Amino acid sequence: MPIAPRKFRKILIANRGEIACRIIWACKEMGIRTVAVHSQADRDSLHVRFADESICIGPAPSAQSYLNIPAVISAAEIANVDAIHPGYGFLAESPQFAEIAEACNIKFIGPRSSVIKLMGDKVEARRAMKEAGVPILPGSSEPLESEEEALRIAREIGFPVIIKAAAGGGGRGMRIVRTEDELGPALETASNEALAAFKNGDIYVERYVERPRHVEIQVMADEFGHCVHLGERDCSIQRRHQKLLEEALSPALTPELRAEMGTVAVEACKRVGYANAGTVEFLLDEDGRFYFMEMNTRIQVEHPVTEMVTLADIVRNQIRVAEGEELAYEQKDVIFAGHAIECRINAEDPMTGVPSPGLITACNIPGGPGVRVDTAVYPGYFVPPYYDSMIAKLIVHARTRELAIARMRRALEAMVVEGIKTTVPLHLRIMDDPEFQAGNYTTKFMERFYARNGGAKERAAAAEPQALAAR
Amino acid sequence: MSSHDRPEATAAASAPAREPEQQRPAAPRGTESGTTTMAGPASGGAQTQPGRRHERQRRRHRSGGGGGERETPPHAPQGRQQHERELNLDELRELSELINEQGFTEFEIEREGFRLRISKQTFALPHVAVHPQSAAPQPFVAPTVTPSAPPPAASAVDGTTTAPPPDAASGPQQPGAGEELHKITSPIVGTFYRAASPTAEPFVQIGSRVGPDTVVCIIEAMKLMNEIQAETTGTVAEVYVEDGQPVEFGQALFGIKNQ
Repeated sequence: MPIAPRKFRKILIANRGEIACRIIWACKEMGIRTVAVHSQADRDSLHVRFADESICIGPAPSAQSYLNIPAVISAAEIANVDAIHPGYGFLAESPQFAEIAEACNIKFIGPRSSVIKLMGDKVEARRAMKEAGVPILPGSSEPLESEEEALRIAREIGFPVIIKAAAGGGGRGMRIVRTEDELGPALETASNEALAAFKNGDIYVERYVERPRHVEIQVMADEFGHCVHLGERDCSIQRRHQKLLEEALSPALTPELRAEMGTVAVEACKRVGYANAGTVEFLLDEDGRFYFMEMNTRIQVEHPVTEMVTLADIVRNQIRVAEGEELAYEQKDVIFAGHAIECRINAEDPMTGVPSPGLITACNIPGGPGVRVDTAVYPGYFVPPYYDSMIAKLIVHARTRELAIARMRRALEAMVVEGIKTTVPLHLRIMDDPEFQAGNYTTKFMERFYARNGGAKERAAAAEPQALAAR
Repeated sequence: MSSHDRPEATAAASAPAREPEQQRPAAPRGTESGTTTMAGPASGGAQTQPGRRHERQRRRHRSGGGGGERETPPHAPQGRQQHERELNLDELRELSELINEQGFTEFEIEREGFRLRISKQTFALPHVAVHPQSAAPQPFVAPTVTPSAPPPAASAVDGTTTAPPPDAASGPQQPGAGEELHKITSPIVGTFYRAASPTAEPFVQIGSRVGPDTVVCIIEAMKLMNEIQAETTGTVAEVYVEDGQPVEFGQALFGIKNQ
């Protein structure tokens, strides 16, 4: 239903850190005033500093601040904003938050709450994708009712299988089962974990691919049914299901496979009535077949690599779509140029991954050709222990993958952060790794990398833990 | 830091710049472009004056110790550096000397159409600068920590969590308050009302006695009227916000003299 486009005067950013800054940059470029919300611990944050207005919404803990829906909505009301951009994480995929915002006549920059809800339920999402003709991994189409059912399905689809939480996602609440004996206990613990983490003990089972690549397609849709894809990102380099590094485009994809996956993703979005930015995550097996994993109904951390190779401004697109504008381009207008890599710089011990919050005493942000840094840190900034440990994203872009790797190496060397530990040394080692350079890696990469580089402790840090850490 | 006796430096700041519009936590910050005379020691000389030196250091870098001469890459996330009016260089020098003398690490001033923030980086506790928006009408904002103590990381965490909102124990922050007042702060984000309805009497006035269950105000959030209780015993000594004013979490509402 076409509505007259309405320009936003003011947007509230319901987030913090680098993504809050990213959204502020887009708003500034568009002449839109920004309102930052922050916890008491984030008073000196960069996003608070650069927003036009700021409102403290609670004490440090996320649950009482960034996840506090009444506080965020109340802030939006007193600041009289037109829209809320939720960023990623926090309330970005909360259907309740989207619904309440709409009820308060504040535009939620993202898809409708019903679509968020659909994609948030992994069982329902699988079903919806299957109906839309998207390949999915063989598995249960309903939440598991009993151990017998689970065993029956597991035998049908063949071991190894993976048990997943219906309300989970992002790598949490999962268990790999290799033999029939392991199944019973695994079901029990998985369900309990899911209940504790997501307040929903529903689980389902899927075939497990041992050495997949994680390849995701960026989609962009307006509120009128137009949808395009902006190519893929390869996010196979993960430690405990947390991405460390992403690339666009994937070394594993041919133009034909890209077109096929892209088309499938776009069709699926149209089928569910998707609007705004989104990412369809696929699993690519060793035979080059792809299967739907999950869909993220928000902007993603690694969006910059897509922006570099396509020259798109995804946040800007998000705002325009939410304002009621039609997509200004078609699939044929989407171009891909060069190669981009992103390294997530976390405040962590580079080998063990143990968080390292604290005061940044000195800091140099690299620059030069083809380098982009999305960050919210500065010298003198105290990295708080309450939130995600990512302090910066270092992105490079170059004509070829080989040049991009060389560029990333020199940019990493110039990325100086003192006072805390960061993952910069880890990324430097990855750049020098022959398997990474060959581009022929799967989600098993970090395990193998540690085996080549580290000791037992580091291997343990990378390995698939049976007692899964929800992070 | 309480009121300072230098008329030029404080006049505009302590003046009724604290009009209702400027007390909103979400008040627009000065993004108007204009000349910024802060940037330059335009005139030569005067390099040896302490105030001037600090000004230059702030401009160049924020890393390293307090007053360090090291060349480090400027990062300068100073945010709003545009000012609608020119700031008198003498005023600025005085302010800088003031900061230096009083040993502040951070200083912030807001007037109609302009806002200035000066920060001197040290290895001190990662202090949390109390924004003028979150504290009551006060022209100056004091850091909660002195720059002289290099703290270990553990206490830095405490510093971060406990610093704002400024409570009575951290010293005189309200001009004219003098002694320690227990502050009732807002537990939510919303709109502050002094009475139950536009025609009703305010819940409390200056001089009113309060007990723990005394309702002192209403804060409206998302169409719900939340009664805020004093949770302390004493007399209302200060009212920091105006009727109908938007308030943020932790914002000081009332100053209570505990007796």
